[in-house]
Order: sequence, then structure tokens, then C-alpha cells
Amino acid sequence: METILKIENLEVKFHTLGGVVNAVNGISYSVEAGKTLGIVGESGCGKSVSMLSVMRLIPNPPGEITGGRILFKGQNLLEVSEEKMEHIRGAEIGMVFQDPMTSLNPVLTIGRQIGEAMMVHNGFSREQAEKRTIELLNLVGIANPDQRIKEYPHQFSGGMRQRVGIAMALACEPDILIADEPTTALDVTIQAQIVELTKRLQAELGMAVIWITHDLGVIADLADRMIVMYAGYIVEEADVFDLYEKPSHPYTLSLLRSLPRVDSSRGGGERLATIPGFPPDGVTIMLGCPFAPRCNFVVDRCRLENPPLIMVNNDHKAACWVDVNTGKERSL
Amino acid sequence: MTRYIIRRILQAIPLLFIISVLLFVLMINTGDPLSTMGGRRVTRPEDRERLSRQLGLDQPIYKQYLFWLIGNDWTKVDLDGDGTAETQGTRKGILRGDFGTSMVQRGKEVTDIILDRLPNTLLLMIPTEIIVIALSLAVGVYSALRQYSATDHIITGLSFIGYSMPIFFIALVSMYIFGVNFKAWGLPYLPTVGMFDPKVGKTTGQVIQHMILPIFSLTVITAAGYSRFVRSQMLEVISEDYIRTARAKGLPNRMVITGHALKNAALPLVTIVGLDVPLLLGGAVVTESIFAWPGMGRLFIDHLSRSDTPVVMGILMMISVAVILSQLITDIIYAWLDPRIRYS
Repeated sequence: METILKIENLEVKFHTLGGVVNAVNGISYSVEAGKTLGIVGESGCGKSVSMLSVMRLIPNPPGEITGGRILFKGQNLLEVSEEKMEHIRGAEIGMVFQDPMTSLNPVLTIGRQIGEAMMVHNGFSREQAEKRTIELLNLVGIANPDQRIKEYPHQFSGGMRQRVGIAMALACEPDILIADEPTTALDVTIQAQIVELTKRLQAELGMAVIWITHDLGVIADLADRMIVMYAGYIVEEADVFDLYEKPSHPYTLSLLRSLPRVDSSRGGGERLATIPGFPPDGVTIMLGCPFAPRCNFVVDRCRLENPPLIMVNNDHKAACWVDVNTGKERSL
Repeated sequence: MTRYIIRRILQAIPLLFIISVLLFVLMINTGDPLSTMGGRRVTRPEDRERLSRQLGLDQPIYKQYLFWLIGNDWTKVDLDGDGTAETQGTRKGILRGDFGTSMVQRGKEVTDIILDRLPNTLLLMIPTEIIVIALSLAVGVYSALRQYSATDHIITGLSFIGYSMPIFFIALVSMYIFGVNFKAWGLPYLPTVGMFDPKVGKTTGQVIQHMILPIFSLTVITAAGYSRFVRSQMLEVISEDYIRTARAKGLPNRMVITGHALKNAALPLVTIVGLDVPLLLGGAVVTESIFAWPGMGRLFIDHLSRSDTPVVMGILMMISVAVILSQLITDIIYAWLDPRIRYS
């Protein structure tokens, strides 16, 4: 399969009053054309920041990409001109944002907001853009699109707005769709609709999808491959079935344990598992593994050395000194 | 929408009534129009008595107000001031469009006095307002997009100087530099007082030359405040999610700013301009005085100081109506610019 996006050792820092926050600490992964990559992790773990870096939309200052390469179709996005980047954004990489309530411009019509990217990137006339916008709205399942293009965001419900957001990202038929927690602000039934919609559109349009979420339940249905992030590091990367079947990092294990299950064998009334403690603040330099203070499997080495991401199984990577299946320290 | 406008206009009627009562009572009680009527000489007591009867100033305040409001053609007035009311009144009252006659400029219609001056003031104020809006939008947006850069700091510094400087100071300094010193240095200099040079006559070129310094002074003061406002609005808007969305669509920066950010950032400016515009009719008292510009501001202050109730009330009521109308227009423009706002 052809690799469309490859990130190598990406590092992003934020210069804040409280010090330098290491938001992303040298992560590497790749996305194959037409496949879906899921990125999970809790708030502040660097998942959104790494995606905004791909789009070069990190507000600078305070943010700064301090290292690494982002190879999109072979060219390093961190080195291309801003002008070139404008042709890639929206045209070749589409992005859907978390909160559909605030990510649409309140004073412009839906038609204008979807159509303008096509007018800029594809050189469409107003009429062509409008025609295509109506098709797109049909595609994302909005009724009466020829009427609704004249309406404003406040006349749409949250789920409908996110469909508009998706239509907007798909307007120029990008090769990659980055969805940054697109369902977090929506209620559960709408979440399911958006996930179904994305799957359908991906099958129809054949684009790669990067789906960022902190909801392991949503992503299981969607992703081909999964990345788990913690404190700016990738702690585990695996095929989606492998990850849920055989999690190899204590953090992933804890995340999966804290999922509520309908078929819980633990019986009713039992408390949901939680992960005690907080993630590190990103400012303090930690010697060892960032998850060590919250980890059940912690050994002495964890506090001294940060484990590298290593292949633990067939195409399954984890960054841990301990083999969680046996509970024994790996001999590295 | 039509119903909304009609309702707003109906609501304005009691408001204007209350405003007029308050202003009238204040005016009647703030001074004595008779005291300066004798010119340099002190008005003699018997003249004072006769004048106050002739002008109806001996009447109780409610009656004076009534005459001002609905006229006195339904009753007899004491026109010769001999103590008996024998002449039929002729005033129609403002409700029938008669604002009365000036006391200071005896017999001259208030409407004529105001209409003489209003164009002069508008000549000064309309260009000022247009320049101020254009300038503050340009400076505010530029400054916001380069927040904390050297240019931004310089603009910030200059606006604070402009904002905190009293208008008379900048007016006098500009006169001193562009009028007095430029003349002394043999450079082309600008005229400092009046609307035209009497030796040349009231030509367009003359008036434009005379407009430059007052407009400059007014612009510096007003634009300083406006541009700070635009800057802060713009800063708020460009950190909004929908601006990030617009960038993520790959729109060029110019389109993101003009197409997406500016409309949102300029919305609150409409309110501010809507509040300021009607006050422009009142003229700039200080600026007009310093530059000897025959506008509404000077008219107002001259007649106020001599307690010329009909003229002052005429000006104040005109401004009151303008305030109410411009608020209505502001709301309508707001609804047109911001689709989230609808009136019913």
C-alpha cells in the first residue's frame, strides 16, 4: 500500500509564561492511502497539536515546530512555502474540527463557506461551486440542499453543522481527511451517524482518514490502525484488532479497562476502572517514562529511562520496559 | 420588520416627550435671556418687565412649555408688553413644525438659524467620520495582525498619545506647525481660522483648505480610540475557531482576513458609529471654536450662554430625534450584517 503521509520525529513546543511545554516529543508514524488511522489519548497528549502541525496551523507564537519532518506525498511540508501550503490545505488535506458550534463562521452562508475552497483551489465559478456544494450536501445527508445553502450556521443543529464541516473538508476531494475529535461535541446517536457517514464517504471517495478521539469506543468501528499517545509520545501503535485484543502498554490497558461495557462480566453496580493521578504537565523534564507515576507495572528502570517505541509483536509497537502479558521486565 | 420599525417609532414618542420636558425645564432655569438684551448696557427694570411680558417669559413654566409644544394661536398674548393680553398668538408649536424664533437674533426663525449652520458642520463631520472609520479599520486590523511587533507597539503608543491628548491641544499644535511655522519657513501653509479667506471669497478650494486642520484634529482624537477598539475586536476574532477553519480550507490570508474576520470584527463598530453619528450633528464645540468654524457647536454654545431657549431646544430636539433614528438604523444594519439577529 502506498504511504501518503509520513511523520518522522515531529517535535512541537509551546512557549508559555509557565515555561516551555513539550507538546509533541518526536513522534513518527505513517498513513497509507485509503486507510484510517485512529489516534487516541487524553486531553493535552499532543494528538490535536500533531495534526495541526501537519496543516501548519499551529499558532506561532506561542507554538513552534522544533524538529522532524512531515512528508506528504514525498515532500516535507515543514519546508514548503506558505503559498504552496495554502494549495495543500483544503485541496489535498481536509480537516474537520471538534466543535461544530464554533468552527463555522456565523455571519456567512453555508453555501459560501463550502463553496469558497473550490473557487480558490479548483478555479470554479460561483455557479459551479454552488452546484458542487449542493451535491456535497446531498452526499453528507442534508435534506433540501438547494435551500439550505442560503442559510447560516445558527439555523443548523449540531449534527447538521458537523455534516457541513465534513462537506467543507471534502469539497476539493482531499487525499487525507483529518478529523480532530469530530464527534466529541455531539450526542451519542449523532456520533454514530457521523461515524457511519465517514465510513461511507471513505468507501466512496477512497481517501485516507486520520481520526483523533479520546473515545476508544468510537474509533474501534472506524480505524484500520491505531496510535495511542500519552504526554506527547506515541506509547503504542498497532492494528486495530491487535490493539484491542492484546494491548501491550499499561496505559492502553488501563484505557480499555476504563471503558464501560454492556456485556460486563463484572456484574452490575461495579465501579468503572480509572487511572489514578494526572498526566505530566509537559513543562517538567522527566527522566523516565512519563506514565511511570500512574503505572501498575512500574519497575525501577521506568523511573530512570524513557522506553523507546519497539516492535513487540508482528507489526505491533509499544513503548514499555515491561511485557504487560507476563508482567516481567523486557530484556533490552 | 416593518412592524418592528413602526413599534420602535411609536416607542420613541413618549421618550421624546419626556426628553423635551426635562430639557425645557433645565433651559428655563439656567439663565436669563433678558440680561444681555440691552447690549453693553444693563437692561433697565421697566424694559425688563416689558420684554418678559412680550416674550412670554412671565408665564408659568408649564404654559411656556405648552406654547413651545403646541403653539399659542388658540389664546391671546401680550405682544406690546403693557400687562394685558389682547393680541391673538401666532406660534404654531413644534408639533406643527414651528420651532419658534430666536430671542437673541430677534425674530429670526430657529429652523433658519439651524439650517444656516448645519451644512457647515456636516461638511466637517461627514469627511471626518469617513476618514476615521477607514483609518481605524486599516490601522486596527494591521495592528492586530502584527500583535506585539514593533509596528504594533508604535501604533499603540501613538494611539494612546492621540487618545489622551485634549482636542484643543492638538488643534493648537497643528495650527502652530502647519499654519504659523510653515508660513515662517516659506513652505505652503494651511489657513487656521474660518471657512474661507474673505479676500478670496467662498470658493470650493478655499473651503477645502480651511477644512484640513479641523478635520485632522478631529480625526486624530477619534481614530485613536476607534482603532484600539478595532484592534481588540480583530484580535478576538482571529483566535476564533472559524478562522482556523477558514485557514484549514487553504484560503489565502487576505481572504481569511477580509472575507471571514473583518465582518465579524466590524459588527461592534456599527454600534459605536451609530452612537456617534447623531452627535456629529451637534458639531464639535471645542474644535469649531478654536478654528472659528461657523458650525452647530459654536451656534449651540453661543445661544446656550445667552439662554436662547427656542434655539437651544431646537438643536437639542434635533439631536434627540437623530439619536433615536440612528439607533433604529443601527439595529436594522446590525440585523442585516448579522444573520443571527432577527427582529419581530
